[in-house]
Amino acid sequence: MSTDSAVVPDAMGHFGPFGGRFVPEALMAALDEINDAFHKAIIDPSFTAELNDLLVNYTGRPSPLTVAKNFSQHCGGATILLKREDLNHTGSHKINNVLGQALLTKRMGKTRVIAETGAGQHGVATATAAALFGLECVVYMGEEDTKRQALNVARMRLLGATVVPVTTGSRTLKDAINEAMRDWVANVDTTHYLFGTVAGPAPFPELVREFHRVIGKEARQQMLDRFNRLPDAVVACVGGGSNAIGIFHEFIPDENVALVGIEAGGDGVETGRHASTITGGAVGVLHGARSFVLQDDDGQTVESHSISAGLDYPGVGPEHAYLHDIGRAQYRPVTDAQAMEAFQLLSRTEGIIPAIETAHALYGAMSLGKELGPDAVILVNLSGRGDKDVETAARWFGLAE
Amino acid sequence: MSLLHDAFARAKSENRAALIGYLPAGYPSRDGAVECIRAMVEGGVDIVEIGLPYSDPVMDGPTIQAAVDISLAGGTKIVDVIDTVRQVALDGTPTLVMSYWNPIERFGVEKFAQELAAAGGVGVITPDLTPEEAGAWNAATDANNVDRVFLVALSSTNERIATVAAETTGFIYAGAVMGVTGARTSLSGAIQDLVARTRNASELPIAVGLGVSTPEQAHEIAQYADGVIVGSAFVAAIEQGGAQAAKELAEKLAAGVKR
Repeated sequence: MSTDSAVVPDAMGHFGPFGGRFVPEALMAALDEINDAFHKAIIDPSFTAELNDLLVNYTGRPSPLTVAKNFSQHCGGATILLKREDLNHTGSHKINNVLGQALLTKRMGKTRVIAETGAGQHGVATATAAALFGLECVVYMGEEDTKRQALNVARMRLLGATVVPVTTGSRTLKDAINEAMRDWVANVDTTHYLFGTVAGPAPFPELVREFHRVIGKEARQQMLDRFNRLPDAVVACVGGGSNAIGIFHEFIPDENVALVGIEAGGDGVETGRHASTITGGAVGVLHGARSFVLQDDDGQTVESHSISAGLDYPGVGPEHAYLHDIGRAQYRPVTDAQAMEAFQLLSRTEGIIPAIETAHALYGAMSLGKELGPDAVILVNLSGRGDKDVETAARWFGLAE
Repeated sequence: MSLLHDAFARAKSENRAALIGYLPAGYPSRDGAVECIRAMVEGGVDIVEIGLPYSDPVMDGPTIQAAVDISLAGGTKIVDVIDTVRQVALDGTPTLVMSYWNPIERFGVEKFAQELAAAGGVGVITPDLTPEEAGAWNAATDANNVDRVFLVALSSTNERIATVAAETTGFIYAGAVMGVTGARTSLSGAIQDLVARTRNASELPIAVGLGVSTPEQAHEIAQYADGVIVGSAFVAAIEQGGAQAAKELAEKLAAGVKR
C-alpha cells in the first residue's frame, strides 16, 4: 500500500476507477467554476482566515475529544475516544462543509443556495449558513424523511429556509438529490448547489472532504497531545461518507491505524433491506460519479432501507469506494437493532444521546473493541447529536405515551 | 451514410428540418409504445428516439418522469427496450436510444452497442455522459457502427463545444433551455446563438430539443437548425388521446418544421 490516496483525486476528479463527472452538459460550466473558485480559495489566506474564524468563533471548534470510560466497559475494555462533532453549532459535523461552501458561494457572486438533506442535519446547517450570509435557501427533503425528522424541518423553516418535500421515487435522500439537481440545472446562473456529502460529481467529493478534514486534523493532534500515541482504529458511520472521510483522511498515511467505516445494515444485508452500499452493492454511476451503488441487473437503483434517515442512501462517496478497493479502509454493516442498542448504551453510560447515524459507528466500536481487546484505543467520530431522533427512539423503545 | 444521415439529408432536400420524436419504451405499455411510435412516424416523424427508462432521471421533468415510472412499474427491462428498437427499426425508421449512463454500464458497454446494432438501432443519446468519461463508449460504438450523440448546452463554452463536437458522430443535440425536459411557453434567443457556435465547430447535423412542444416553436427552430426534437409533448398527447393523438401532434409538428 502506498500513500497515493493522499493525492487523489486526479485533475478530472477520479479516485482510481471511481469518481469523475457524469452530469448533463448544462452543469459542466458550473462545476468548472466551482472547481476553479475552490482551488483558488483554499490557497488564499483571506479565505482560510475567514473560514477559520467562523470555525472557531461560530461553530465552536476545536471540538473536544471525550474519553468514554463507562461505554468502554461494553467494548471489550478497549479505550473508546469520542470526537465530539455533536457539540458543533447545529449539532453535527455538517456545519464544517457548509460554512466553507457558503463562503465559496459569496466569492462566486451567487445569491441562492439549494441543498438536499436526509436526516435534516445538512439542511439545518445550510439554512443556518444561508441566514448568516443572507442567501436565499431552498432545501429538498424526501417526504418520508420530513416525517421522520419533523424537528429538523421546523428548524430549517425557523431559519428562513424553504423546505420542499420530495414525493418522487422512494421519497428519501436519493430523490431529494434528483430534485435538487433538476433545480440546479434550471437556475445555475444564480444558484450554488451546496452539496452535503463526499459524493456527487467532481469537484464535490474532494471539496467536501477538504472542508471536513479539520475533524481528523484536530483529532490526530489531540491524540498526540493528550495520549502521545495514535489510535489503533478510527471508526465512523458511512452514508454518503462525509464525516468518515473527514476523520479518516489525516490518518491515511498512518498505516498502523485501521480505518473502519460502518454502513447501515437496516434489517440485515441478507434481507435486501439495507443501505450497505459497499458491502452489498456493485460498481455503477449514481448522482454524477462512479462508485458502489445499490442496483439491480439493469442498473436501476434499488431503494435503500435504514432506521437512520442520514444513512438511507443507495450510493456512497467515490473516495470510500477507492479506499475499499485499495484495502486502506474496511466497511462493515451494522443493523438497525444493533445501532439502537448502542444508541441506548451511550445515552445511559455517558449521558450523550447520539444521532442514530452515529449510533451505527458506536456499535461498530463495540464489536471492534471486542476483537482488538482491552489494550486497543479506538477513536469514534461522534458525528451528530440525537435530539432530532428522540421521537424515532421513543417509538423504538416503546417510551412514547 | 447511415439511415440517420439519410434522414437529415432528405429533410434538407425538402427545405425543412428533420422531426425527431421521443417516447420511453414501455409507455403506455410495451406494445402500446410500438403502436404510438408507428403513429408518430405516420404523422411525419423522421427519426425516433426510444427512451430507456431509468429510476433516477435527473434531466427529466414531471411529464417524462411519470411516463418512465409507469414503464418501470410495468416491468420494462433493457432487453425490452432493445426489442422495441428492433420492431421500430424493421419499418425502416432511423431509431436511436436515449439512455442515462448507468444502465448501459451495468448491462455492459460493448454488449449494449452490439445488441443495439443487431436490433437495427443507429445510435444512442447519452444525456449524462460527457466526452471526458466516454473512452470505453467511444470504442464500443465505433466497433459496432453505432452513432453516439452528445449534448451541448446554453452554458457550454466554445472550447467545450469543440470537445463535444470532436467525439460526436450522429448529430449534435443542442439543449434549448437550461433545465429539464418538459414543455415551455417560450424559448430563449440564446439557442440560435448556441446552434451558430456549434456550426463553427462541426459539420454534423444539429438538432434542438428540451422544452420544444409546439408547431410554432418547431417552425422557428427549423430556420436555423437541422432537426427539431420533441419528447414531453408526445408523452402528454398519448396520455390524453393515445396513438391517434400522437399522430395528430406529429402532423402539426411536421408542418411546423417546413421552412
